[in-house]
Amino acid sequence: MAGRVEGKVAFVTGAARGQGRSHALRLAQEGADIIAVDLVGQIDSVPYDMSRPADLEETVRQIEALDRRIVAKQADVRDFDALKSALDDGVAELGKLDIVSANAGIFSFGTMEELTETEFDDMLAVNLKGVWHTAKAAIPHLRANKGGSMVLTSSTAGILAVPNIGHYVAAKHGVVGLMKTLALELADDFIRVNSVHPTSVNTDMIQNAATYALFAPDLPEAERTKETVGKRFQTMNVLPIPWVEPVDVSNAVLWLASDESRYVTGLQLKVDAGQTLK
Amino acid sequence: MAGRLEGKVAFITGAARGQGRSHAIRLAQEGADIIGIDLLEPIPGAPYDGATQADLDETVRQVEALDRRIVATKADVRDFDGLKAAVDAGVAELGRLDIVSANAGISTQMAPTSQLDEAMWQNMIDTNLTGVWHTTKAAIPHIQAGGRGGSIVLTSSEAGIRGYGNIAHYVSAKHGVVGLMRTLAIELAPDSIRVNSIHPTQVDTPMIQNTATYDLFTGKAGSTKEEFAAASRGVIALPIPWVEAVDISNALLFLASDEARYITGVPLPVDGGNFLL
Ligand SMILES: NC(=O)c1ccc[n+]([C@@H]2O[C@H](COP(=O)([O-])OP(=O)(O)OC[C@H]3O[C@@H](n4cnc5c(N)ncnc54)[C@H](O)[C@@H]3O)[C@@H](O)[C@H]2O)c1
Ligand SMILES: NC(=O)c1ccc[n+]([C@@H]2O[C@H](COP(=O)([O-])OP(=O)(O)OC[C@H]3O[C@@H](n4cnc5c(N)ncnc54)[C@H](O)[C@@H]3O)[C@@H](O)[C@H]2O)c1
Repeated sequence: MAGRVEGKVAFVTGAARGQGRSHALRLAQEGADIIAVDLVGQIDSVPYDMSRPADLEETVRQIEALDRRIVAKQADVRDFDALKSALDDGVAELGKLDIVSANAGIFSFGTMEELTETEFDDMLAVNLKGVWHTAKAAIPHLRANKGGSMVLTSSTAGILAVPNIGHYVAAKHGVVGLMKTLALELADDFIRVNSVHPTSVNTDMIQNAATYALFAPDLPEAERTKETVGKRFQTMNVLPIPWVEPVDVSNAVLWLASDESRYVTGLQLKVDAGQTLK
Repeated sequence: MAGRLEGKVAFITGAARGQGRSHAIRLAQEGADIIGIDLLEPIPGAPYDGATQADLDETVRQVEALDRRIVATKADVRDFDGLKAAVDAGVAELGRLDIVSANAGISTQMAPTSQLDEAMWQNMIDTNLTGVWHTTKAAIPHIQAGGRGGSIVLTSSEAGIRGYGNIAHYVSAKHGVVGLMRTLAIELAPDSIRVNSIHPTQVDTPMIQNTATYDLFTGKAGSTKEEFAAASRGVIALPIPWVEAVDISNALLFLASDEARYITGVPLPVDGGNFLL
């Protein structure tokens, strides 16, 4: 049976690990070739280890093991020219562009009162402006392709507020404004634009000491385990789970990327175990 | 490759034609067996013909042609006992229940709210809202009995997320479906039963392909299909006049499958960006 995105080419940002790697793999399993970018480096205001070049190499290995092609480059979504040239190279090599997953993102925390200029600016630069850069670089290729599907990764924090991450909430809400505007601007070209809104996802972004401290400040450090902190995460969801897996978000991206959703645009698709019902 | 719903059983209301038939076929293509019910009678005040036994027979034929099983019965979503008996019999025959598509619905009198007929209002609420509640009420015990969780999908409408002049009864019922969806999502989450709603824009079925609906959209009497297509295109962002039944079925399929195992409480528009405009 033909894959659900057979013969299509997908551009995934933040593809070195976590959800980005999972999106690349899931799309490749269903027949897509991949253009992947990632910073594979650290941003100083981010309180956990970000990805490394070896992570992106592992993504490449896994895609090639599926017999799909992948063009992977180091690029920073904050740097439009670098991002554009990485994408242009990828399209030159793979022939076209059908799908965009604007997934690269960072996390840090502090109350609105505590946040520093740098923390705020870095957050907006990556999680909002980086998404605009991704769309801007991709649009000419999608137009040339006479249609396509863009999926912007927002968050439940793009729908409701959570204390201690006001800059993240602002950026992820901003992504929704960007998504709706793009959906309107690109509809006549049959380019669909939707956002996904995950609850907590089981990746390095949350499975780290800094995030554990945010969720369980009352517990001594030694007792902040995946298990104890997981119980705290679970109280946010309606379904009885602490977090979703990257593949659950990938399956939503896959559906939005495929022709099965050919008339779906402007949608905020929650993959949130009911978090926003509370 | 195994289907995306292999081994599951789906209960679909309004399965004789239109979206309901399309849902039955699409889910069966992905491996599900089907319990289908339909009223099979004319609908008072509807500007289109009612579904017939021949329509339901055709749904049965198409599902069986896919080598899937289907138990199809005449039943009315307004009549809880009759509906329950049909579901119970279907589950007895097919062995389990995993998926529900509460799809049966009507479109009737089109008039300003102050001039809507009492009986038209009541029948609309009885069918498009109470009927959806009945459908879930009859199905929930069977899904719970399986202990495997499940997926309930309620068919609302664009009219469930925004207002439209001259169809207050329809808009009210379809908004009510969203309240039901959100409440059920919370109540059933501990059993891993997910509940979501779908919000189609205009779908190419007998419900809208009639002069009364054409006139509702164009604002003038005696409109043609072409005039309706232009007016309908005007409220959708993508350059299309309407979507096809299979587009709604593909959304249902995604929500029904384990690929959406952690998606609950979501109103999912399949509307070409209609709600953005
Ligand atoms: N993990 C969660 O709980 C969660 C919940 C909701 C939304 N999200 C969002 O999902 C997306 C993916 O996050 P994840 O959970 O996979 O985390 P992750 O940290 O595992 O992956 C993020 C990837 O993005 C890359 N990246 C960061 N800044 C970049 C930049 N400037 N340029 C290029 N690449 C950059 C990182 O190097 C990393 O590989 C993010 O947008 C995040 O905000 C995550
Ligand atoms: N067609 C559209 O443009 C459109 C748009 C948004 C939402 N919807 C909704 O989609 C659903 C399906 O509609 P459709 O477009 O397939 O129309 P349709 O008229 O072709 O099909 C509706 C089916 O429901 C059945 N039905 C009606 N009352 C019933 C009752 N009391 N008990 C059992 N079955 C009953 C009918 O007999 C018919 O077979 C409805 O809920 C409708 O409100 C339709």
